[in-house]
Amino acid sequence: MKKFWKTGEPYVLATGAALAIVLVMTLSLVGVVVSNGLGYFWPKQLVRFELKDGSAALGQIMQHEKNPISGERRLQLKIANRDVFGQDFRWIDEKDITKRSLPADAMLLERREHGNYFGFLKSVTAEGLDIPAAAAPLETLERALKLVAEKNEASRKIKGQMSDLNNRAERLRLKLLKLEYNGKEQNSAAIAELTTERDKAMTEFNALNEQSSASLAEITRISASFEDVSGGSKEIALIEIVAHQRPNSMSFIAKCGAYLERVRELLLDDPRESNTEGGLFPAIFGTVMMVLLMSVFSLPFGVVAAIYLREYARDGLLTRAVRIAVNNLAGVPSIVYGVFGLGFFVYGIGGSLDSLFFPERLPTPTFGTGGILWSSLTLALLTVPVVIVATEESLASIPRGIREGSLALGATKFQTLTKILLPMATPGIMTGLILSMARAAGEVAPLMIVGVVKLAPTLPFDGNFPFFHMDRKFMHLGFHIYDVGFQSPNVEAAKPMVYVTTMLLLAIVIVASSTAIYLRNRMRKRYTTSTF
Amino acid sequence: MAQTQQPTDTTPILSVSGLNLHYGEAQALKEINLDMIRHQVTAFIGPSGCGKSTLLRCFNRMNDLVESARITGSIRFNGAEVNEPSTDVISLRRRIGMVFQQSNPFPKSIYENIVYGLRISGVNDKSTLDEAVERSLKSAAIWNEVKDRLNDSALGLSGGQAQRICIARAIAVNPEIILMDEPCSALDPISTLKIEELIEELKDKYTIVIVTHNMQQAARVSDVTAFFYLGELIEAGATRKIFTNPEKKQTEDYITGRFG
Repeated sequence: MKKFWKTGEPYVLATGAALAIVLVMTLSLVGVVVSNGLGYFWPKQLVRFELKDGSAALGQIMQHEKNPISGERRLQLKIANRDVFGQDFRWIDEKDITKRSLPADAMLLERREHGNYFGFLKSVTAEGLDIPAAAAPLETLERALKLVAEKNEASRKIKGQMSDLNNRAERLRLKLLKLEYNGKEQNSAAIAELTTERDKAMTEFNALNEQSSASLAEITRISASFEDVSGGSKEIALIEIVAHQRPNSMSFIAKCGAYLERVRELLLDDPRESNTEGGLFPAIFGTVMMVLLMSVFSLPFGVVAAIYLREYARDGLLTRAVRIAVNNLAGVPSIVYGVFGLGFFVYGIGGSLDSLFFPERLPTPTFGTGGILWSSLTLALLTVPVVIVATEESLASIPRGIREGSLALGATKFQTLTKILLPMATPGIMTGLILSMARAAGEVAPLMIVGVVKLAPTLPFDGNFPFFHMDRKFMHLGFHIYDVGFQSPNVEAAKPMVYVTTMLLLAIVIVASSTAIYLRNRMRKRYTTSTF
Repeated sequence: MAQTQQPTDTTPILSVSGLNLHYGEAQALKEINLDMIRHQVTAFIGPSGCGKSTLLRCFNRMNDLVESARITGSIRFNGAEVNEPSTDVISLRRRIGMVFQQSNPFPKSIYENIVYGLRISGVNDKSTLDEAVERSLKSAAIWNEVKDRLNDSALGLSGGQAQRICIARAIAVNPEIILMDEPCSALDPISTLKIEELIEELKDKYTIVIVTHNMQQAARVSDVTAFFYLGELIEAGATRKIFTNPEKKQTEDYITGRFG
């Protein structure tokens, strides 16, 4: 036994075990997230339960467990119909169940508001629609939905025009403000001209608005009546229905189709119902854009700082102090960066920008409030130490002979740096970038005070001049997790969304890192040094 | 102290007089006086730490990179003072090339390694560069080995090949002097032999100063040998004379292997 310890083998095993534990923990975290996230969109069967007391329940089985008080087996049922029953979920003791069945015509409706509806289709009020009255209710519903969607498309076009007009009116308003600020008297002619233009836009806007509300009222009249499991009937306007399915009578392929449709919605659509339903597109876009902007700021800044520290600064007390300070910066709690960002970037720089360039808009802030620019800068500040340290390390690891070889050929220090050292240090710099991107994508606390919001009406990038709106607030997947998981009114119903959001955030980090790692490995092949 | 061979048809290309070098408090070179003659191979020999590499690195001012180094005395290159602040170090280093103990090819292609010196001096004309690559690789006796893979990474070469690439790289900018700092110490005997033959050929065009630990090598390749000990130049003279009939007892002891 003593011999066994002496061989050193146990220590090798211990290191291996430590690695194994880390791996298992990481994989199980990812596994939990992925299995919960991926299962969310699969159309679950609607089970009808008849209970001992004579009542019935219809819903999707979420989980089974032992009642912690009575010790009986019970199951959690998602019964939906929040607006009718007052809650989305209920617990049923298994001993109370007398009969279960899978009614083929049980229907799941995804609604724009109030969550899902589980019930049975009765009839469709399709006045003014070109549908034969003799058709079966289901067929009528499908055709009516199609027609409603077409009509809705038309009214959405009108909405688009309205939004353009609104933007124009807003620009005119800002111009007017500027002119008025610069002096009402000398600009009176221009002001009058702009005012008429703006009034014209507003009249046009109002006309469109009326047209749009009229068509909306018309569409809203088209509805269908449903009956829930306890016999109550419900009239639902077709415009409210996002999707409908009859999971009990769907084939496997149809389920796959429904699944893919939900994934598409998730990736490309806007969120609904205070973020607990619908898509995540604005959050995905915000996260990616913020991380890219952050890299644009922190990479050059960090690399240049590291070059100075390593290549030019004299190695004295000051350099060492700076280096220690940089290393310590990486350990400052991120919320502190958030507060600093708020004070320095938002109120300091943003406030000064506002009073210099947009004094006419005050007290409404333009840059003097949280936005994607300030968020990116704050995170750049947070991640710049990582880039500096990585760059310095990789510069330091380049053999002295390479530098001397270049200098001995008559290269200046700068030429040596740009032609030899930086290309050789690139893989190391990329490592720093990967780490900083992963960190930035996952950071939430500082963002909450410098620009992330629960729901941003517009993306920070759109078709309106100047396209990149750096002053806009944005949505972020990390904040989305917090908001949906812990701030939404119906946390239990939002739980799957939290898993899905987490999975997406992980996916984004993994995609970004893998791309960077791929690039790094390609460079590494080119720049590996021989055996020095 | 210095005793150099002075053939009537040559003048010193490098002339060192009264050179002292301190690293901080420690004196690494003491009152060195030495002339190096055009188109001759001068070998510096001596035990480790005797200052021979330090002296070599004074010639192209590589000691500038060492912050604690202080130099007094004079080094004249073609009559011009090397150690003055006003000296253009960049052009000095172009005219005095250097090959290091450890081959240090850049992580670039063989072609780019050779033309590096030309590119940084602003030459980008393709035909000039091609011509320089062929000429210098031929001069470094490695053209036949690498001519088909000029675009491959220079990091894939063997030690001996890499060292010859470094010599070719130094030749490509047409220097007047090539300084070699123990160029064969990391190489096997066959590669060493190749480099030695190369030195013999390069002598016609360039002046060579070589630092070596290997006394046979000094005897084989050099015309003039200088023996250093503890920062002092003990004896310098025609190689044959140093190796057969040295004037100083220390030289004789070192050459015969009685101390080191």
